[in-house]
Amino acid sequence: MAEVKQRDGVQIDLISGERMDGLASMEKIRVILDGVREGNIVILEEGLSPDEESKLIEVTMSEISPDEFNGIEIETYPQSGGSDSGLFNRLMGKNSPKKLTVIGPANRIETLHKDETLIQTLVSRT
Amino acid sequence: MGLLTNLRSSISRAASTLFSDEEPKRIGIYGPPNAGKTTLSNRIVRDWTEHGDVVGPESHIPHETRRARRKENIEIERDGKTVTIDVVDTPGVTTKVDYTEFLEHDIEKDEAVRRSREATEGVAEAMHWLREDVDGVIYVLDSSTDPFTQVNTMLIGIIESQELPVLILANKIDLEESSVQRIRNAFPQHETIPLSALEGDNMDEVYDKIAEYFG
Repeated sequence: MAEVKQRDGVQIDLISGERMDGLASMEKIRVILDGVREGNIVILEEGLSPDEESKLIEVTMSEISPDEFNGIEIETYPQSGGSDSGLFNRLMGKNSPKKLTVIGPANRIETLHKDETLIQTLVSRT
Repeated sequence: MGLLTNLRSSISRAASTLFSDEEPKRIGIYGPPNAGKTTLSNRIVRDWTEHGDVVGPESHIPHETRRARRKENIEIERDGKTVTIDVVDTPGVTTKVDYTEFLEHDIEKDEAVRRSREATEGVAEAMHWLREDVDGVIYVLDSSTDPFTQVNTMLIGIIESQELPVLILANKIDLEESSVQRIRNAFPQHETIPLSALEGDNMDEVYDKIAEYFG
């Protein structure tokens, strides 16, 4: 990703589904964690698959370091519907319904409200 | 003599595995920190094993369980049938661990840093077990807290994508603020069973459902 000169503010990386589509699972996780560890807020247009989310948690845990990196805050819209829609998606070959996902450093992002249609977060500068 | 005895017991074990109907299913006890996973695991083990050994220490301090622990061959009897499972008590899953949270529980800094390191390893271990090594999941939630968290949503999604059978337990119904309906609303696609693992309330239904889901 392009180098951005550090300024007084919060950098937000909005990453398109198209950009992520071409990456392997671990490359996606690296893009997210590299951004978050620089203090950026990463917004994925299409989110991650459940398997990638599982690996993201695992890799995040391996990188947590006292006084340096406390982990991540991650938010997606809750999945509405139930097993019926899951089954339908599976039958249609869609294992991971696309969902906007917000990821940031745990010490800088706080979720204020979340429901099926709205995510409100507070981002602090430090 | 010892060698012969060992050999005989190995052959006997291999034969019983070969001819038994099924291997015990490994059931992972998952959920966020402080949901009561270890209290539940200990309750199951105490109720169904002769020695009643515990799986691990119970505590109100988050991340008390920092390693996945397996208790093998727990035989649960239901309606004249026996269901044999291995219970795997796992560390509470989270996306963040801050050692300063341990300081609030009167733990010294060095110990807090050590605990947070172990906790991160434990969470990674729990995720690995979920992807590779469990046959079913008991998902434990504290019914006195909001179930609509990202960790719960992600974990249920991961479990569903693995096509593992999952039983959701609404724990801590002995607390005044408990709301089982809130959990039912959050995960309408799954059956939710209320219980208090600490008090032993509604355990009969829990065992009925374990036999039904994992038998």
